[in-house]
Amino acid sequence: MRAIAFSAVLALALGSAHAQQSQFADYQKKTAEASPVELFELVGEDLWKKKQGPKSASLEQCDLGKGPGVLKGAYAALPRYFKDVDQVMDTESRILHCMMTLQGRSREEALKRPFGNANQPSEMEYLSAYVAGQSRGFKLNPGTRHPKEKTSYELGKKLFTVRTGLWDFSCTSCHGTEGKRIRMSELPVLSDPKAARPLMATWPAYRVSNSTFKTMQWRINNCYRQMRTPEPVFGSETVNAMNMYLTVTAKGAVYRGPGTKR
Amino acid sequence: MTKKWILVAGFAALVVSPLAIAEPSDREVQQAMKRDFRAKGQAGMDRLDQDSVQRICTATNNKPPAALAKQLEADQMKTIVYPSGSLMGNWKEGAKIAWGGRGMQWHEDPKKPADGGCYNCHEISPQRTSAGTIGSTLRAFGKTRGNGIEMQRYVYGKIYNAKAYNLCSDMPRFGHTGSLTEQQMKDVTAYLLDPNSPVNK
Repeated sequence: MRAIAFSAVLALALGSAHAQQSQFADYQKKTAEASPVELFELVGEDLWKKKQGPKSASLEQCDLGKGPGVLKGAYAALPRYFKDVDQVMDTESRILHCMMTLQGRSREEALKRPFGNANQPSEMEYLSAYVAGQSRGFKLNPGTRHPKEKTSYELGKKLFTVRTGLWDFSCTSCHGTEGKRIRMSELPVLSDPKAARPLMATWPAYRVSNSTFKTMQWRINNCYRQMRTPEPVFGSETVNAMNMYLTVTAKGAVYRGPGTKR
Repeated sequence: MTKKWILVAGFAALVVSPLAIAEPSDREVQQAMKRDFRAKGQAGMDRLDQDSVQRICTATNNKPPAALAKQLEADQMKTIVYPSGSLMGNWKEGAKIAWGGRGMQWHEDPKKPADGGCYNCHEISPQRTSAGTIGSTLRAFGKTRGNGIEMQRYVYGKIYNAKAYNLCSDMPRFGHTGSLTEQQMKDVTAYLLDPNSPVNK
């Protein structure tokens, strides 16, 4: 009862200016309560442990940066530099790497279908859900010390402001000014830790509008599609740099995903 | 003017550069993108080639020096091709174009006409409430500004090439990029200016 009274007072205090915002928040909360994210994590776990590829091996010995087979907190510490490939990788790039090295699969075969749909989610989406779920409660702590990690961050930071594509957009066209919307979708200012933290703490995520699970590689790919550019290559230095920039900006946020988005 | 500005930028880069890892130059970012993107469907790699507008707006964080902006805006103005006669098309068709958000993306059929996606950013007609807020409100546009030939030329020109009016505008250049046809741009002009359009009711 006291909580209800408090909420009522709070609602009055916030007034009509915030009414629309709280509607969004309320919707987000409701969708999260009925989210099938857990199901994706469970299927992902099965796929992680399933023997596949020419080497008939599972991904259980995959080294996501914490040592072979260590999943706890691994997602929260990515992207980072990997010495064995001498490059910065994010979760999906590293999973792809493990598919190729541990299971002996070709890049083409492993990436035949990186993004799924409502009828058939992709293997990568299930695996990402499982891996990310093992970092709940860990603080986002991407690599920032190695020179290549710094280079990746700097590239991502610059990419964020590049005017490009047929329609002259940059990331900041939509994510550069506070309080803006595309249609009814709120646009977070992702260069601001205040906005980047809650967002990066909940990707990858089940997306209600797509009725399926979506990853950060997809999110960045889909932004560029709408920016009317050609397609960025999955797991490329450019996409990983963007992910690095966003994750470093969100550094310190406690990971509580996989989340649920509108 | 351009040269002077480049000198200033170069000096600023020298001062800032000792900090940790130097940020990549705009040219290096371009090279990274060209290495990491692939043509797909109608979206060719040429779409990554920055023209002078994109280059200057990127380099100045969308705040170009006034004199340079004026010069480049004048260049952009020269790209606008006005059809002869009235610029007012069919507002009903214009409403559909403003309403829709498809077109020019790699997964779409290039033979199908593109939409304007106007509502993504602009509030226009009270009939449609789900409008974005990146652009200014266009409610009652013709009602408050009139619909004479000068206003028609302004609206048509702005749709054709928004950068002729504001160099680093977030608005795409729908005519200049061949995204909308002449007839489509006339229809959207009518949607904003025709007294019978719901925008002006």
